[in-house]
Amino acid sequence: MARIEIRDVSKLFGEVRAVEGVNLLSTEGEFLVLLGPSGCGKTTLLRMIAGIEEPTSGDIVIDGQVVTHLPPRVRNIAMVFQSYALYPHMTVYKNIAFPLRARGMGRATIKDKVEWAAGMFGIGHLLDRKPRALSGGERQRVALARAMVREPSVFLLDEPLSNLDAILRASAREELRQFQKRVAVTTVYVTHDQVEAMGLGDRIVVMSKGSIRQVGTPAEIYQWPADTFVATFVGSPPMNLMEQGDLLVGFRPETFLPAEFVEVRDGGVTYPFEVTYLEYLGAERLVYGNVGEKFQARHVVSRLPGSVDVSIEAGSTYSFAVSRRDLRYFDRASGLRTDKGLA
Amino acid sequence: MSGWQEDGTTVGLTRPGFRDQAGLLAKLMIAPAIIYISAMIGIPFVLAILYSLSDVTTGDPTLRLIGLQNFREILADPVFRISLKNTFFFAFVSVTLVIILSRILATALMADFRGKWLVRFLIMLPWTAPISLGTIGWLWMYDSIFSPIDWILRSIGLLGTPGALLGAQPNLYWLGEPKLAMASVVLVHAWRLLPLATVIQLAGLSSIPRELLEAAEVDGAKGWRRTVEITIPLTLPIISIAFLFGLIFTFTDMTVVYVLTRGGPVHMTQVLSTWTFFKGIEGGDLAQGAAISLFLFPALAGVAALMLRMARRTEVV
Repeated sequence: MARIEIRDVSKLFGEVRAVEGVNLLSTEGEFLVLLGPSGCGKTTLLRMIAGIEEPTSGDIVIDGQVVTHLPPRVRNIAMVFQSYALYPHMTVYKNIAFPLRARGMGRATIKDKVEWAAGMFGIGHLLDRKPRALSGGERQRVALARAMVREPSVFLLDEPLSNLDAILRASAREELRQFQKRVAVTTVYVTHDQVEAMGLGDRIVVMSKGSIRQVGTPAEIYQWPADTFVATFVGSPPMNLMEQGDLLVGFRPETFLPAEFVEVRDGGVTYPFEVTYLEYLGAERLVYGNVGEKFQARHVVSRLPGSVDVSIEAGSTYSFAVSRRDLRYFDRASGLRTDKGLA
Repeated sequence: MSGWQEDGTTVGLTRPGFRDQAGLLAKLMIAPAIIYISAMIGIPFVLAILYSLSDVTTGDPTLRLIGLQNFREILADPVFRISLKNTFFFAFVSVTLVIILSRILATALMADFRGKWLVRFLIMLPWTAPISLGTIGWLWMYDSIFSPIDWILRSIGLLGTPGALLGAQPNLYWLGEPKLAMASVVLVHAWRLLPLATVIQLAGLSSIPRELLEAAEVDGAKGWRRTVEITIPLTLPIISIAFLFGLIFTFTDMTVVYVLTRGGPVHMTQVLSTWTFFKGIEGGDLAQGAAISLFLFPALAGVAALMLRMARRTEVV
């Protein structure tokens, strides 16, 4: 177990600033998710923690020790790559044993540890196979076993579920989460998938264009986005944003409901909602339309749970409302969340 | 082909034409290659077999079959046995040398440094020159009196003075001493094959996924362990292809030996291809020449089959 500290780290690739002035501190045994669109610098940051990439400036501290310029092997980290990077010419056993052999462990110790790691991920029966004879899910488990076998103090994962199909991904997510809780190794997990991020992370680090936009629990990120980027990147469909003077007012689609379903006692806001398009998704309906007049026509989305069985048709205008406590205000110029609108 | 008309009716199927008969088209398109190969390789090959079983000479081209008489004779010939041994010796030694050197060069060329293009250009240069011209250049380098190699050795005091490491005589006589002559041939073959092998190895190294090398780095493997356990096994199929090419080039080459030594001194550097030429063309005994040249066939076929099998068995990512 270890704490990871990132002190004012920047990384330049030629002229391109991949990561810029990032500060981050994990707690011990924490599951930290780096979330952001592709090209936001999250993978570069992970690779700098691993030691594959060296920061242009700043320091990486693991367990109180500055490791910025140390090679990966002395950092006691383990990494699972997006492609799993299993050695194709080695059997599963040899793949898992490789990091141990690289440390010069004895044959008997290696055997014990490989069997322990394989047992932990339920791949004991696959030890004689080569990676190409494995399914995607099995490969992922081998990659995890190879990472865990040397009992690292930090566990780094680069989109490890992105090569799995949707059903497998959900179960792999659950297993990964439970496994991490059990071994309590500080984990940094990179993903561009917000569902993974919300489901896995103790805390989520939302990144964009090389810098951190917000760090917080999944609930904080979702309920109280720090700026308009986080508000629109997290959540599907994203938060609705409307101009209101020098502010932007935002509300989540599921809080934008027919007026009769919204408690307006605390002073909710009612809008005439001109519906243009409907999507029926089984458990819910997505209603697209414009909120007009008062704030110039603006496209917004409402997400109606199955329990809201009001009939709604495209082309009609309805009275929709948002409870006041669900409204968020952002500064129009900076995009940062502000408390101004609450007054 | 069917499609929709403006008024909603479908257009009927057009009759399949000549172009739609994939099987026939395929046969027609592959035909030139097959005709070419049978004419340029098949016919001479069959002729060589026929000749080897006959007593044809350049003076008397009538074909009279005499069975395995030619093979018995060449096997009893000590020069043939030297040639056979040399052919294998030259091929394996120079190709092994080339594989090791090209590996080092390719690894160096994987790194980024200034002037990389110039280094690549210089490495490729021997490949662009005709082999005969390159070998003539080497013939001058190995000259018994004016050899620049000897001149350098003399000027740094390794040769030509009493008590010098390589002897007191002024020259090494590269092509006159049996061992040195063999080394000279090997060196020219290696020089000649190095560019192609380097390019092949470079392709192999760059085909290894970067994440795999990074995984090895994170797993704690650097330097030798990474080379021996990751990059060499992963590039083995490609190394074996470079090896195969090298073997075939050296097995079948007669230019280097012909230009440098003509098989001398006293047949010490004779190889099957030069011996075939001297026997069959210069000596006029077509039948024996053909028999000698056929000895290359099982060796080449065996090497090719082995390498292809290795390449298939070794896993590629």
